[in-house]
Amino acid sequence: MNFVVPDFYPAAAEIFVAVMALVTMLASAFARSIARSLAYYATQFTLIAAAFVTIYTMQGEPVYTFNNLFISDLMGDFLKLMIYFSTAIALLYGRAYLADRKLDRPEYYVLALLMTLGMMVMVSANHMLSMYIGLEMMSLALYTMVAFDRNSPRSTEAAMKYFVLGALASGLLLYGMSMIYGATGSLEFSSIAQAVYNQTANQIVLMFGLVFLVAGICFKLGVVPFHMWVPDVYEGAPTAVTLMISTAPKLAAFAMAVRLLIWALFDVAEEWQGMLMMVAVASIALGNLAAIAQQNIKRMLAYSGISHMGFMLLGLLAGVVDGDRHFALNAYSSAMFYAVSYVIMSLASFGMLILLSRAGFEAENIDDFKGLNKRSPWFALMMLFVMFSMAGVPFFIGFFAKLAVLQAVVAAGYFWLAVVAVLLSVAGAFYYLRVVKVMYFDAPVDESPIQAPAEVRIMLSANGIAIAALGLAPQMLMSLCAYALLGSL
Amino acid sequence: MTDIPLLSLAIWVPIIGGLLVLATGSDRNAPLARMLAFAVAVAGFVVTLPLYTGFDTTTSAMQFVEVSSWIPRFNINYHLGVDGISVLFLLLNAFITIIVVLAGWKVIENKVAQYMAAFLIMSGLMNGIFSALDGVLFYVFFEASLIPMYLIIGVWGGPNRVYAAIKFFLYTLLGSLLMLIVLLYLFMQSGGSFYILDWHQLPLPIEPQILIFLAFLVAFGVKVPMWPVHTWLPDAHVEAPTGGSVVLAAIALKLGAYGFLRFSMPIVPDAAHELSWLVISLSLIAVVYISFVALVQVDMKKLVAYSSISHMGFVTLGFFIFNPLGVEGAIVQMISHGFVSAAMFLCIGVLYDRVHSRQIADYGGVVHTMPKFAAFFMLFAMANSGLPATSGFVGEFMVVLGAVKYNFWIGFIAATSLILSAAYSLWMYKRVVFGKVANKQVAELHDINAREFAFLGILAVCVLAMGLYPFPFTEVMHTSVNELLRHVAVSKL
Repeated sequence: MNFVVPDFYPAAAEIFVAVMALVTMLASAFARSIARSLAYYATQFTLIAAAFVTIYTMQGEPVYTFNNLFISDLMGDFLKLMIYFSTAIALLYGRAYLADRKLDRPEYYVLALLMTLGMMVMVSANHMLSMYIGLEMMSLALYTMVAFDRNSPRSTEAAMKYFVLGALASGLLLYGMSMIYGATGSLEFSSIAQAVYNQTANQIVLMFGLVFLVAGICFKLGVVPFHMWVPDVYEGAPTAVTLMISTAPKLAAFAMAVRLLIWALFDVAEEWQGMLMMVAVASIALGNLAAIAQQNIKRMLAYSGISHMGFMLLGLLAGVVDGDRHFALNAYSSAMFYAVSYVIMSLASFGMLILLSRAGFEAENIDDFKGLNKRSPWFALMMLFVMFSMAGVPFFIGFFAKLAVLQAVVAAGYFWLAVVAVLLSVAGAFYYLRVVKVMYFDAPVDESPIQAPAEVRIMLSANGIAIAALGLAPQMLMSLCAYALLGSL
Repeated sequence: MTDIPLLSLAIWVPIIGGLLVLATGSDRNAPLARMLAFAVAVAGFVVTLPLYTGFDTTTSAMQFVEVSSWIPRFNINYHLGVDGISVLFLLLNAFITIIVVLAGWKVIENKVAQYMAAFLIMSGLMNGIFSALDGVLFYVFFEASLIPMYLIIGVWGGPNRVYAAIKFFLYTLLGSLLMLIVLLYLFMQSGGSFYILDWHQLPLPIEPQILIFLAFLVAFGVKVPMWPVHTWLPDAHVEAPTGGSVVLAAIALKLGAYGFLRFSMPIVPDAAHELSWLVISLSLIAVVYISFVALVQVDMKKLVAYSSISHMGFVTLGFFIFNPLGVEGAIVQMISHGFVSAAMFLCIGVLYDRVHSRQIADYGGVVHTMPKFAAFFMLFAMANSGLPATSGFVGEFMVVLGAVKYNFWIGFIAATSLILSAAYSLWMYKRVVFGKVANKQVAELHDINAREFAFLGILAVCVLAMGLYPFPFTEVMHTSVNELLRHVAVSKL
C-alpha cells in the first residue's frame, strides 16, 4: 500500500481557518488581558483573509482532492464567500450585545470560526462522510453557542432542545446514508449518481435512504415537519446567536441539499421533488399562519424563516419536469438566489433587534418597535425596507427572489403551487405590515435614544440600503448564482 | 426634443425630489420641507407638459419610448412609452400632486417632511405604472405604490386608520399577486418576453384566456374597485387624510381601469368578449346599487367614496361595450372623475379642517358663513351629478350613448345613474350648505383663504373647461382607442 500525499491546494481556505481557530484559542489563553478583543479581531481577520484565499484558489473547473472526499468548485466558493461575509457581519452586530451581557468570551469567537469551518466542509463535501463531519462540526459549535448564556434557563433549555433534536436528525441522516450505501455500494456522490443512473441500486432500499436524507436536510433547513426546534431555539438563544443560526447555516444547508439531492440523487429527482413539494407547501402555510399569532418578534421571525425556507424549496423542486432537465439550472439558481437574499434580509432583521437592545434590556417583542419612527426615522426606514422585502414587495430584493422562484415554478407547470404560495404570501404580508404599523402608526413606549456603537449603525444602514439597492439592480447577484451553479450541474 | 428621457424624468423627478424632502428631517424644518415639496411638485408637472405638447395624435404607436436592459437574466427591460390612452394620466397625476401638496400645507403639522415625501414618491411611482411597457416593470411600480399609500393612511389617518391601512394593503396585494402569476405565464408562453405589446400579439387558446382574464379581473377589479370587492375603498377614504383621499380617488383608482385597457382587453380579447356580460353586470350593479348605498350615508367622505365606486362602474361599463364612444367616454370619465372627486374631497377637507367632523348632521347653513366656498362646492356637486357643461356630463353621456348602441336596456339602466347621482350629491349639498345655521361651530366658520381659493379655483376651471370643450382630451386618445378596438375585435384563438 503506497501513501499518496493529497493535493492541499483546493482546501487552502479550510486549512487556513482551522489553523487560525486553533491559533486564536491558544493566543487568547495566554494573552488573557486582551483576550476578548484579540479573539474578535483575529476572527474577523481570519474571515476576511479566508475570503481572499478562496478567491485566490478559485478554479473554473471542479477539482477533487483527498481521495474524492473534497471538491472545490464555483458553487462551493461562492457559498463560502457568502458564509464568511454573513458570519463576519453577524459577529460585528453581536459584539457589543455580547459584551453588555458579559458573554464575549474568546471561546465564542473560536466557536464561530469552527462553525464556519464546519460549513465550509459541508459546502465542499463530495462524500457522505465529509458531509457528515462538516455538519456535526457546525452543529456542535452552534449548540454550544446557544447555551453560551449559561445562567439563563431559557437559553439552556433552547440548547438542550436543539441538541436533542439535532442529534436525532443526525441519526436520521446517518441512517439514510447507510441505506444509500447499502443500495449503491458507495458513499461518494458521483459513484452514487452513477449507480442510481445505471439502476443497479436496490430501489426500495434507495427510496428508504432517500426519505431519511430528505428528513435530515429538512431538519437543518428548519422546515415542516421538522421545524419544531426553530421557534424555541430562536427565542431562547441570545439574539446575537439567533442571528448566527438564522443566516450562514441556511446557506450550508442549501449546499447540503444541492450536493445530496442534485449531485448524488438527481436521477430520482421526481421522487424527492414530490416530498419537497409537500414539505414546501406545509412550511409556507404553517410559517405564515403561525407567525401572525406571535407577539415575540424572534418567534415571529422564526416562523417567517420557516416559510422562507419553504419558498426556497419551491425552487429546488421545479428542476425536473416529466424527466426533462431543461429547467434545472434556472430552478436551482433561483433557489440559491432566494437563499442568499434571505440571508441578507435575516441579517438586517436580527441586526435591528440587537440595535434596539442595550445593557439590561432585550428587544424581543413586537411592541419594542413601537414608535421607532419617532425615536429614529432612519432605522425605522431600514426596518421598513427589511419588512417589505421579506413580504415580497418591490423594489426590494425579497420581491425578486420570489419572482425568480415563482418563475421557475410556473415554467415547470405547477400553477396551483404558484397560486397557493402566492395566496399564503398575502397572509404572510399581514405580520410584516404589523411591524411597520407599530413603528410608524403607534406612539413610542420607550423614549430612550438608541445606544449602539457606530460600526453597528453603519453596517446596519449599509445592510438596509443593500436590500433596496439589490432590489433596484438584482441582475448581478442573480447571474452570479446561475454562473456558480452552471459549473456544478 | 426626443433625446430627453421625458418619461424617466416624469418618474424620477418626484421620487428623487421626495427623497430630498425626506432628508430635510424633523419638523423644525417644516417650512423648508413644504417649499421644497411644492417646488418638486411643480417641476414634476413641468416635465410632463412636453409629453402633451409633443404628442403625435396621428399614430397609435408608443411614443417617447425608452428601452434599456434591466435584468437580462429574465429579459426584463426598463421599457417606457405612452400612447393616447396613458399620456393624459401622467399629466393628471402630476397636476393632482401639486394640489395635494397645497392642500396639506397648513393642515399637516406632524412629520411634514415624511408626508410630503410620501406623496411625491407615490406620484413618481404612479407615473411609472402608466408608462411601463414591461410587465415586470409595471408590476414593480404597481406594488411599490402601495407602500407610500399604506403609510399615508396609517400615519396621518383618522381613528380607525390601522384597520383601513392594512385592509387596503392586503386587498390590493391579493389581486396583484395573482396578476404576477399571469405575467409569468405570459412570459413563458411568449418564449421569454415581458414586453406588453408582444403579449398583445400572442395567440392563446380560450381556456387559458378565460383564466387569465379572471386573474386580471381580480387584480384590477380590486383596484378600480368593482362591486363586490369594493369594501376597502370607503374605509380607506374615510380614514385617509384629505390628500390621501384625493390621490386615491383621482389617480389610484384609475390604475385598475387602465389595467383593463392595457392588459385584459388586448391580451385576452376573446375572453373579454366571452365574459363581457360579467363585467357589464358588475358595473351596472356598481352604478345602481352603490348609488343607493351612497344615498343613505351620513358621513360626507363615505358618500363621495361610494359615488366614486359608482362612477368607476361607468368606466368599466364603457370599456366592455367595445365601441369607440364607450371607451373614449370612459377615459374622459376617468379624467373628469380625477378632477371632480379630488375637488369633492378637498371641499370636505376644507370643512373638516374647521369643524373636525364629517357628519352631514353636524352641518347646515354653511352658505351663510362661507359664501365663496358654497359656490365652489355647488359647482363640484353639480359636476359630480353630471350636469351638462361640466366635465362630469361629457364622459357619462358618451358612455350612455355607447351603451344604448350596444343594448338599449343596458343604456337605460346606466342612465338612471344620472338621476341617482344628482339625488345623493345635491341632497348632501342641500343638507350641508343650505338651511338655517345649524350650530355654533358653523356660525363661527370663516370663509376659504387664498390658498384654498387657489386650488379649488384651478380645479373649477378644469372642470368647466373640460365640460365645455373636451376636444383637446378626446383628440389625444382618439387614434389609440380606435386601434385598441380594432385589435380587440380580432380573435386570437
